[in-house]
Amino acid sequence: MEKYECTLCGYVYDPEAGDPDNGVAPGTAFADLPEDWVCPLCGAGKDAFEVA
Amino acid sequence: MPAVQLNDHVYWVGAVDADVREFHGYQVPYGTTYNAYLVLGEKIALIDSVKAPFTKVMMENIAQVIDPAKIDYIVSNHVEPDHSGALAAAVAAAPNAPVITTANGKKGLSVYYSPDWNYQVVKTGDTLSLGNYTLQFVATPMVHWPDNMVTYLQEDGILFSNDAFGQHQATVSRFADEVGAKTSLERARDYYANIVMPFGTQVNAALKALGGLTLNTIAPSHGVIWRTPDVISALLAKYADWANNRVRDDLAVIVFDTMWGSTEMLAHRLKDEFEAQGVEVRLIDLRENHISRAMDALLEAKYICVGSPTLNRSVMPSVAAFLCYLKGLAPKGRIGQAFGSHGWSGEATGYIEQMLTEAKFELREKLVCVYRP
Repeated sequence: MEKYECTLCGYVYDPEAGDPDNGVAPGTAFADLPEDWVCPLCGAGKDAFEVA
Repeated sequence: MPAVQLNDHVYWVGAVDADVREFHGYQVPYGTTYNAYLVLGEKIALIDSVKAPFTKVMMENIAQVIDPAKIDYIVSNHVEPDHSGALAAAVAAAPNAPVITTANGKKGLSVYYSPDWNYQVVKTGDTLSLGNYTLQFVATPMVHWPDNMVTYLQEDGILFSNDAFGQHQATVSRFADEVGAKTSLERARDYYANIVMPFGTQVNAALKALGGLTLNTIAPSHGVIWRTPDVISALLAKYADWANNRVRDDLAVIVFDTMWGSTEMLAHRLKDEFEAQGVEVRLIDLRENHISRAMDALLEAKYICVGSPTLNRSVMPSVAAFLCYLKGLAPKGRIGQAFGSHGWSGEATGYIEQMLTEAKFELREKLVCVYRP
């Protein structure tokens, strides 16, 4: 599974780690994140992310 | 400069830095100010502070208005040291006052200063009662750090907008209407271009979040305070234009350095061609202008042409610095063009095209010459 990077702040979403603070279980692919998921660091939407 | 009243219970207690000319790589020819504000309700709030060397100035300004020990709340809209540099002095003077900030603000302030301050974390929609006045907080992440928020004084319609709507200018007056609205709007444009440009999406989110608020006064953390309705409308409209990358099809910026004048000749050839088509041209010669001076010029330009002769199989270092700065500030929806002269190997224009491609520019055919056009 690919990592994705926030183009605004540089946060990297790692599917292996997920985003447990925001209810995303480890092992969740970027594509499977809810559409309203936002960057936990800066609040950018999914469309601001690119493959790292 | 002494404390300045915005009204009978709101004061500017910041500092004017007339001498600064360099701001982390951004040249600020007119100096700047660091704006801190006091709101005197039944409870007293200090909003933001100043760069550390101006701590004494801020504390003296506060002391002109009230005993600093009487501060009940310290609001930190933004971690960056030009606004948080004197917070420690305020905390020392008013040790019981909570430091109000976002979760990311607490993270940053804890590292820069102390994890032991009495932090009170707020998020969008939270309010703080000063008795007869109410402060409302709106998080504005990545305008322009993750920690940013703005503070709204409901009863007066004053937005303490921190870096948003700021300008780097060290003026005698604290108000845009006294300095000149046109000049202040131009300085706000220069500030946006050099600081805020990468974050259009987040500026749109911030503008949307502020959409329901009546903005009688916008009090930023740098430069002058906006309090004239038509100028505030113009400023908000400009921010929306910039955030949405609305560019002028009839504006081109040509940025270049030159060794023996050939690339400069190409720059003028491009200028003549654009002008023949009715396109206004701004020429930025990097021998005479710092790279950050180009950003204000290109914020609204559809066409950005970058020229360098080939020097030691690459570009001139000034042009490399400009391209690095440009790519980071990430203007969108632009058409780029490389140009340059060379004697033999000619790598410069390829380098420029590579950087412009990485910056996601659409490319026009490059213009090259050998020795002389």
